[in-house]
Amino acid sequence: MRGCGDEEDAEAETDGAAAVGDSGGRDSSGDEAQLSALLEDSAEDLYEHAPCGYLSTLLDGRILKVNTTLLDWLGYERDDLLGRRYFSDLLTVGGRLYHETHFAPLLRMQGEVSGIALELKAADGSRLPVLVTSTVRTGEDGQPLLIRTTLFDARDRRAYETELLRARKEAERERERLQRLAATLQKTLLPPILADVPGLNVSAYYHIASADEVGGDFYDLFPLAEGTWGLFLGDVCGKGAAAAAVTSLARYTLRAAAVYNPDPVAVLGNLNTVLNHEYNGADPRFCTVIFGLLTPDPDPDRGGFHITLAGGGHPPALLMRADGTTDYLPTPGGQLIGVLPDAHIATTAVRLSPGDTLLLHTDGLTEAHVSAGLDSEDRYGEDRYGDDALLDFARTLAPTTASDTVDAIRDLLDTFGSGVDDDTAVLAIHVPRPPSEEQQ
Amino acid sequence: MDVRHRNHVTVSGRPGGPVVMLAHGFGCDQNMWRLVVPALERDFTVVLFDHVGAGNSDLSAWSADRYSTLDGYVEDVLELCRELALGPVTFVGHSVSAMMGVVAAVQEPEAFAGLVLLAPSPRFIDDPETGYRGGFDAEDIDELLGSLDANYLGWSGAMAPVIMGNPERPELGEELTNSFCRTDPEIARVFARVTFLSDNREDLALVKVPTLVAQCSSDAIAPREVGEFVHAQIPGSRLVTLDATGHCPQLAAPEETTAAIASFVEALA
Repeated sequence: MRGCGDEEDAEAETDGAAAVGDSGGRDSSGDEAQLSALLEDSAEDLYEHAPCGYLSTLLDGRILKVNTTLLDWLGYERDDLLGRRYFSDLLTVGGRLYHETHFAPLLRMQGEVSGIALELKAADGSRLPVLVTSTVRTGEDGQPLLIRTTLFDARDRRAYETELLRARKEAERERERLQRLAATLQKTLLPPILADVPGLNVSAYYHIASADEVGGDFYDLFPLAEGTWGLFLGDVCGKGAAAAAVTSLARYTLRAAAVYNPDPVAVLGNLNTVLNHEYNGADPRFCTVIFGLLTPDPDPDRGGFHITLAGGGHPPALLMRADGTTDYLPTPGGQLIGVLPDAHIATTAVRLSPGDTLLLHTDGLTEAHVSAGLDSEDRYGEDRYGDDALLDFARTLAPTTASDTVDAIRDLLDTFGSGVDDDTAVLAIHVPRPPSEEQQ
Repeated sequence: MDVRHRNHVTVSGRPGGPVVMLAHGFGCDQNMWRLVVPALERDFTVVLFDHVGAGNSDLSAWSADRYSTLDGYVEDVLELCRELALGPVTFVGHSVSAMMGVVAAVQEPEAFAGLVLLAPSPRFIDDPETGYRGGFDAEDIDELLGSLDANYLGWSGAMAPVIMGNPERPELGEELTNSFCRTDPEIARVFARVTFLSDNREDLALVKVPTLVAQCSSDAIAPREVGEFVHAQIPGSRLVTLDATGHCPQLAAPEETTAAIASFVEALA
């Protein structure tokens, strides 16, 4: 049904190209002639020696016309191909399968297909990666007549893509390595286990906001002189390796300073001095910390602990009493540690009775974004969780234990999902009731 | 599981007319039939669908487990027949779908009035032991898988952001013009393996329903001797060699293809 008409139209295609080529020698003045000679505006020459391959075929793929560029790439003579070979004959076998199952159907359905990567097989068997674009030329009545195809040498591009793939894989490997490194470093900044304090139930949790960066939160609980314990929880300004260095310095300074003089004000004062000395240049580093000195009540019948807390610009501790009463323990006036030569440090003292629980946290928790979803510009809304919400949440928990409190906070953080954009540390201590009171 | 949704089924044409179910092959989707559907709709009820993983099928229904052999697809076809409850259908399977029709008709002959196997091949890879020639060797299929990969990589500049991993911007993928044949690369690989590595030669002799084998006069994927093999193996089958060339006669020669399908279906009535 098709064949004959196509042959005629194919000749028309050839004649048309020649006719356009002839029109190159039109009348012109001397300058213009020179210019046009320089421009080589012979359509024939543009076709034959274009920097891409040209191919015209019948709808079934039989080759009607091919330019010199493509013949040179493939190492064929024109007569090897014209009327004898099909476009798919020039492809590798795998490419031919792809051509028949994807390329040809798409071309029929859309009238054009662009940028398909295929491999040509040259006369000597070598392969040439190309990018192929084809359009169907239709007659005046809209009937498809033949297929025009351009082929671009894609050797460089293929190499470039291979390089892209390789680079992406390498980047993925590097990212994994970085995450492992960050996780390891993070671990070294936190105590592997907290000291076991007789008569005290202790629990802590560290929430990592980004696997790619080391956060700046830290905490510890450790023995001091006979019968006393120190504990602290803090947050270094910033993230990454520089913050980790300060975290490490702060942590070991606090432990050493507490041995030298366990008075909480003195401990934070010494940390303030160390940070001032270390980072008094153009790169100030500071942190917020809460430090506590813990001593058991001397009267074994009463049980419980005394704790003196010193605050340096840190969010206040939360006290959840055995009777359910819950409130913050403010240390007003405490200043950031490491900024001023003589930071003011505020203290408060409290007795922890059996059934009481004390919670320390960093502001990653209260600064978490809680508005549902992202706004139109893909940014989180301005709604933060806040101190009041945390207080209300703690009131629903009290009375509680250290581990139950930390578990509840973990669940709470989970509900915030990616709204938690800063690391969060929590440390809870709880004085268990004597077994005789457990049933109440 | 709503199989109509899963396989993006459309039913059109003459209600109550003989039912013709058109199944596309590896590569594209039900759009492959767009040039033959208008003519078939005049006399027949026409059922179109996308295989799971192709076109507008429910991609969440795809699993490598179910669709890494022909059996998952065969089950889908039988489920469609049951669910649509249109009575026995004439199943027109193009390329790999021809073998889905063969296996389905062997399992549940009562569901089929007839089979049209369009450019079928029961095995693409040569089998020197039996002298069977499918036209390809295993390396050729590996090369096809390479071509598939290259084209998910090199498929126009618009693909580049997608390639570099931009799952949060799915619209980048939507801009592609070549969308009829767009498939998830993982799914395409698995379907390519099913298509080109299956061997259904032994199923052919078990077919009991009337069968038309329609092959193209020159087909790089399913050569004529393969069509003749299918015809020889299926008892009582008819063989038609279309003038159409290439592997997709429903696009290259829609009128000739429609005529072959229509005359076969009418002869069954």
